[in-house]
Parts: sequence; structure tokens; C-alpha cells
Amino acid sequence: MQVTITVNGTETRAEVEPRLLLVHYLRNVLGLRGTHWGCDTSNCGACTVWLDGVPVKSCTTLAAQADGHAVRTVEDLDSGGELDPLQQAFMEEHGLQCGFCTPGMLMTLRALLDRDPDPDEATIREAISGNLCRCTGYENIVRAARHAAAHPTTAPEEISA
Amino acid sequence: MQTPATFHYERAGSVEEAISLLERHGPETRLLAGGHSLLPMMKIRLASPGTLVDINGLAELDYIRLEGDEIAIGALTRHTGVLDSAVLAEHYRIFAEAERVIADPLVRNRGTVGGSLCQADPAEDLSAVFSALRADLVVASASGRRSVPVREFHLGPYETVVGENEILIEARVPVRPGAGSAYEKVERRAGDWAVAATGAFVQLRDGLAVDVGIGLSAVGADHHSCAEAEEQLRGRELTPDAIAAAAATCRDRCHPTADQRGPVDYKRHLVEVLVTRALTRALERARGEEA
Repeated sequence: MQVTITVNGTETRAEVEPRLLLVHYLRNVLGLRGTHWGCDTSNCGACTVWLDGVPVKSCTTLAAQADGHAVRTVEDLDSGGELDPLQQAFMEEHGLQCGFCTPGMLMTLRALLDRDPDPDEATIREAISGNLCRCTGYENIVRAARHAAAHPTTAPEEISA
Repeated sequence: MQTPATFHYERAGSVEEAISLLERHGPETRLLAGGHSLLPMMKIRLASPGTLVDINGLAELDYIRLEGDEIAIGALTRHTGVLDSAVLAEHYRIFAEAERVIADPLVRNRGTVGGSLCQADPAEDLSAVFSALRADLVVASASGRRSVPVREFHLGPYETVVGENEILIEARVPVRPGAGSAYEKVERRAGDWAVAATGAFVQLRDGLAVDVGIGLSAVGADHHSCAEAEEQLRGRELTPDAIAAAAATCRDRCHPTADQRGPVDYKRHLVEVLVTRALTRALERARGEEA
């Protein structure tokens, strides 16, 4: 079947099998490998992308279900080479070690911060309860989310502070 | 890589079209709503439908609204919509308490009320919620609509009364002024299926329970409930002893099975404890003692 999916603001088109999962459409058809393909069982959240502005697990969504809709992936977070404040915060607070969960964490937390610019720790922890991290024990990820809330822009002078 | 077997994909633009697609493609057709039960089953080939009819475009089935003395919940309402609903928060706290422990926020963004009920997993939470509240479920077919009491909806694990060419379109919950409700669940880890779960509502008049509902999940309870325990409490003052007796009835009347989530005696113990807690908190809320 033919699908037309707007990915990161750009319309993409491809002939796909109906059984093709969105995560594989993004990684293998479009070559956008920032979205990670993890547990394949909708548990780990590494594959989290936005579908019409809502974070979803792309391993449990058919590309066909995104046909005619808008998808946003981690590749779209920075603007013109300038990191999203959340990405910057992950660097500042060491919010990643192996980095496998990071794209999903970023997409989930960006959605949270857009909805709630100043979430408390409990809210952050609940928001990422569908994103598993096996390295950090979550502490630094939560700290990074708080850091991003406290530093909503990535102007250079703030980064060096 | 886990990939579903090949299937034919159709997309419905209306309830009528979904029904006609079901009729056209025959018994190996399944409706695709949130897909968070169906797609994982298809990946491990527990399910291999010949055709999927995608109903995610049916915005007409995504609503929660007060209609007279009932709350109508569209079948395509996402779990997130239930969790965030002001109407449900005002009338039945049980919904948000149950939703908060269903899977995780990302799954809740996709999973639907209708999908959960039709998947009919024996450990599914909303079945217990709707059973406690004695909701009616509205099923549509080409010949019209029929209303099924939720306690007659499930025929067994993974099996409902929804026919091959039918679609669940709505749940209707009676509003019970002043009722208090609560949900209790024990799970092995956040977002897991219940080891045991229970929901309850209590409606008081002159200090007596004019109506009571008990829902049970994951413990093999008949109709996800315990009518005998409800009958024990109806018309009574809900003293701690009365609640304890009803909880013991639930414990003795359910039919849990031993599995990786625990042995039978542990699950019965959980039923007794959780029913006591749910009824007690529902009662406090009905009395206005607990926010």
C-alpha cells in the first residue's frame, strides 16, 4: 500500500506492506535511525516518537496507521544545529550512559515539558514510566528534565554558567 | 525482528463503513483500535487476522459526556482521555485510579476503552471498573444497536458477546449522586497486569448503602464481580465488620489460578485485603470524608 507520512515537517511517501511497523518505516525506509528499536513488545519505549503531537511507541504502531498523519522523531529536536534545551540538559546532567533509551526519553519528556513547563519530580517519573533505562537508575534523567525546565532556552551564556 | 504475518489493511471512515468492511472480509477480520494488545499478539503469531480494519479515524467514537443521568464513553476514547476526564473525575474517582495503573502513559495514549473491553484479558482493569459500576455496553451492527449489561458482555477469557459483524461503540455508566468509588491493584511492577485488582462504589442514603458495586480483575471472578457480596451490603450500614464479611465472601467466591504472578491462596488473600480497602475508601468518599 502507498503511505504518505509527514515526518519532521517533510512529506514522505513509500510503497509498504501493511504489516510494516512505524519504527521500521522510520529507520529502514527513511534511514532515520535516531529512533531506536528496542524490546519490540511496547514495554521499553526506546522507539517513542510523536504521532500528531502525542508520544507513542512506534514498534506497536503500523506505518499504515500513520498514513496521512504527522510524525516527529528525535532528529527534529534540534533547530539549525542548536540543541533542544532538553538535549542540552541531558548533557549537563549526564542523563545518559549507553544512550539506547535516550531518543525515547527525549521525545517523551519534550512532550511533557510542552504540556507542563515546570513538572515536579513525581510528574516526571510518571511521564517516563513507559521508558526503561538500564544504566542510570533514572536519577540523572529526572535531574535533566528538571534542568531543562529551569533552563528553557539554550542560549550559549546559559550553557556556560 | 517480530513481524506480524501478512494481512489485508482497510481503514474505516465511519461506524457503518467499519461494519460493512467486517461483513465483506469475513470472520478472519479484526478491528484495529489502539493496537497495543492486538499488534503484540500478531507479532508473536498468537493472532493472524486476514484483514485489519483500522478504526482510529472514527473520531465520532472518542468522547466522554454526561447524557441525562448517564455518562456516555465512546469506545475509541483513549485511556489518557479517561484518566484526564473532568466528568469522570467528578462522578467516579475509580476511573482515574484504575487508569493510573494501566500500562504506562505512552500505551495509554493509544489504547482505547473499547479495545480493552473487547480484548477481554482476564486481568484487564477497566472490565472490573465497568462491572463494579454495572455499566451497559452498546454494540452496533448493520441491523441496529443493542445494549448489553457489562456483566453479560464477557463469555470468558478473550471472548465477548460481540459478534463477527458487530462493533462495540459505547459504554454507558449510570450517574449515582453522592456515590464514592475507588480502585485498588497489586502488580509486580509498574504498568504490569494485576496480580489481583478490585474496584468498588458505595452510594449512601441516611447512612445506609442503598447501592454497592464490587469489581474484580485477574482472579477468575464471575462477571468480574461478586454479586453475593454486594447483596450482603445492600441496604446495610457499612460497618468495618460488614465490609470485612463482604470481602471474605469475595475471597471465597472468586476462582484465581496459580501462575507466575502467584499462588491461589495469595491471590485470595489479596482479594480480601483489596476489597476491604476499596470499599472503605469508597465509603469515606461517599461520606465526604476523603477528597
